[in-house]
Amino acid sequence: MTSTLPQAQDNLTALESEAIHIFREVAGEFDRPVVLFSGGKDSTVLVHLALKAFWPAPVPFTLLHVDTGHNFEEVISFRDDLIAKHGLRLEVAHVQDWIDDGRLTERPDGTRNPLQTVPLLDSITAHKFDAVFGGGRRDEERARAKERIFSLRNAFGQWEPKRQRPELWNLYNGRHRPGEHVRVFPLSNWTELDIWRYIDRENIELPSIYYSHERDVYLRDGMWLTEGPWGGPKPGETVQRKVIRYRTVGDGSCTGAVESEAADLAAVIAEVSASRLTERGATRADDRLSEAAMEDRKREGYF
Amino acid sequence: MTDLLRLATAGSVDDGKSTLVGRLLYDTKSVLADQLEAVQRASVDRGLSTPDLSLLVDGLRSEREQGITIDVAYRYFATPRRSYVLADTPGHVQYTRNTVTGASTAQLAILLVDARKGVIEQTRRHAAVLAMLGVPQLVLAVNKIDLIDYDENRFGLIAKEFLAHANALGYPESSVVSVPVSALVGDNVVDRSERTPWYTGPTLLEHLETVPVQPDPHDVPFRFPVQYVIRPRTPEYPDYRGYAGQVAAGVVRPGDEIIVLPAGLRSTVVRIDTADGELSEAGAGQSVTLLLDNDLDISRGDLIAGAEQYPAVSDELNATVCWLAEKPLLPNARVLIKHGTRTVPAIVTELADRFDEQRLSTVDTPDSLQLNEIGRVLIRTAEPLPVDEYTSSRRTGSFLVIDPNDGATLAAGLIGAPLPIPDVNEDTGLGGATADDRALVSPGP
Repeated sequence: MTSTLPQAQDNLTALESEAIHIFREVAGEFDRPVVLFSGGKDSTVLVHLALKAFWPAPVPFTLLHVDTGHNFEEVISFRDDLIAKHGLRLEVAHVQDWIDDGRLTERPDGTRNPLQTVPLLDSITAHKFDAVFGGGRRDEERARAKERIFSLRNAFGQWEPKRQRPELWNLYNGRHRPGEHVRVFPLSNWTELDIWRYIDRENIELPSIYYSHERDVYLRDGMWLTEGPWGGPKPGETVQRKVIRYRTVGDGSCTGAVESEAADLAAVIAEVSASRLTERGATRADDRLSEAAMEDRKREGYF
Repeated sequence: MTDLLRLATAGSVDDGKSTLVGRLLYDTKSVLADQLEAVQRASVDRGLSTPDLSLLVDGLRSEREQGITIDVAYRYFATPRRSYVLADTPGHVQYTRNTVTGASTAQLAILLVDARKGVIEQTRRHAAVLAMLGVPQLVLAVNKIDLIDYDENRFGLIAKEFLAHANALGYPESSVVSVPVSALVGDNVVDRSERTPWYTGPTLLEHLETVPVQPDPHDVPFRFPVQYVIRPRTPEYPDYRGYAGQVAAGVVRPGDEIIVLPAGLRSTVVRIDTADGELSEAGAGQSVTLLLDNDLDISRGDLIAGAEQYPAVSDELNATVCWLAEKPLLPNARVLIKHGTRTVPAIVTELADRFDEQRLSTVDTPDSLQLNEIGRVLIRTAEPLPVDEYTSSRRTGSFLVIDPNDGATLAAGLIGAPLPIPDVNEDTGLGGATADDRALVSPGP
């Protein structure tokens, strides 16, 4: 029996080649792709891979940031610097605009992460985006482990886990009807540690909040939160000066910091390797809402 | 530097696949405290006294409700020697569809059997599908070995029966390993069991860490489906024209003569570009950009092949398809074929035969192919395609059958791939095999 499987390549090179292949497939098959970009480590790696996939030509896509308004200042300035440095195009959908005109209502708990879905779907419709890249990884969460690399969404942006297309070899099927779109996950097969090792190998710049620093924080539900426009500290929550870093970057209302001395890449990689908690379990309140929180949000159109 | 092994699991319902995968993750310390805590909480909710490791992997709401795996899930774990991408496939009635999905990219498959039942029809069916898809390495995990009191003889008989079946499917002895395991207790999954002193082979993980899965890429001719033409038209690169793609097979070097199919144009590779600089050679799996010595009309969908050994170009495909859709395949169906980077309209002109999974034999000229059925078909395509036999090139010998109306993926296609022919198996007295099981499969036209 003969076969022609990828030749011996180290893990990161194989993952990089796969992601570049996925970017080029989308560029070849879709009319209006867009890359979701939050300034976090996964979407920054995504942009790095897009730059490599089309080099020396410019990236043939727009970037889209669904901005909850609850941002870390360092992340927004990082975002704007990155866009300027590589001559990329960025669209920003401000959740605040949807709240201001009544299309969305602020939640009692103040978290805006779940509110991103409507602005995202509205933007996809308004710009007629037909392929939407996301930095989602299957290792993040059990429902994401079931996600295809090319994931068809219906006209309501919904994921239907029981009706997923089989995904065979590396032949990705991007066919869709008008109104439908395809979510594309080039980082599907990467783990958190792969991401960090790749950032190290490629010398990719990240927002400074990923590295250990001193910050005023308060404790809520076992997580260290930063003061900000998202409300807090509440009465009874005391602000303390801590040495912390962020393991994920999202909406400030529900993204917690971890106590950490890891001030550079080598220290972060050592810390992630030794950690006994997943990044979401450690720092994302929105996944704790129920046993199937992520699955339920994905069904509604969230990433 | 670690390499990457892609593997898939297969086996019938209740053989303990999810538990085995959970055990593999747990014993390689790939499960983190918060995930384990969630499983412990859920296990207690279900009235269990020990954590149910299958809950680590059954991720969907309805899977946890029903206690079964519905769809393929991908899991990741790593040891200092290798990183693993594991396609965890359900053993449910929709076996073929899911096995095909999980196994199409796998370099190794773990087939589970229940030690009390031995090799059953479904094991044979799964092995036949894995052989057809060209999965190079098989591991038989004889699970629940604790429930047969770690019986060496019985394990030996199951292993022997399976090896004979795998040999008949074309697997050499060196590519098949059987391991006695208990996923529930943890015997021989990661840690060697003291309860099987008679077993001298590797544990499941030891085998995964050491199995050679990289074929020599220099053995096979060069294949490169053109994905995208890179034309910057920037002041810095005004005349740059590169053909981007992933090497599907073989090796390419600057100076190599190539042919562009289906047009048949010839040229020479002058440079292999990546964003990190030029390469002196590129092999299967690498995403690169090729620059040629003359300006040809080449676009997405074309195939660049070595000028010496290139595939035939034909608008008639003789192929095996695994039908994956609810709606059946009928003769004269109008479909789309996605082969490499080219998608063309096509008509399925003839259903030549159907593989009868119950009897492990074939039925000539069936009226239709239903969900999960495998058969040989003739397909006429609107444009000629450069086609390799699947058995000689997994990447350029495969295609998708797509519904032109709604875009659904209808089938997995293998060009010219003959159905595997299980040989007569010796009767080991283990049960499970019926006379029909042992019937020969005819190879088809």
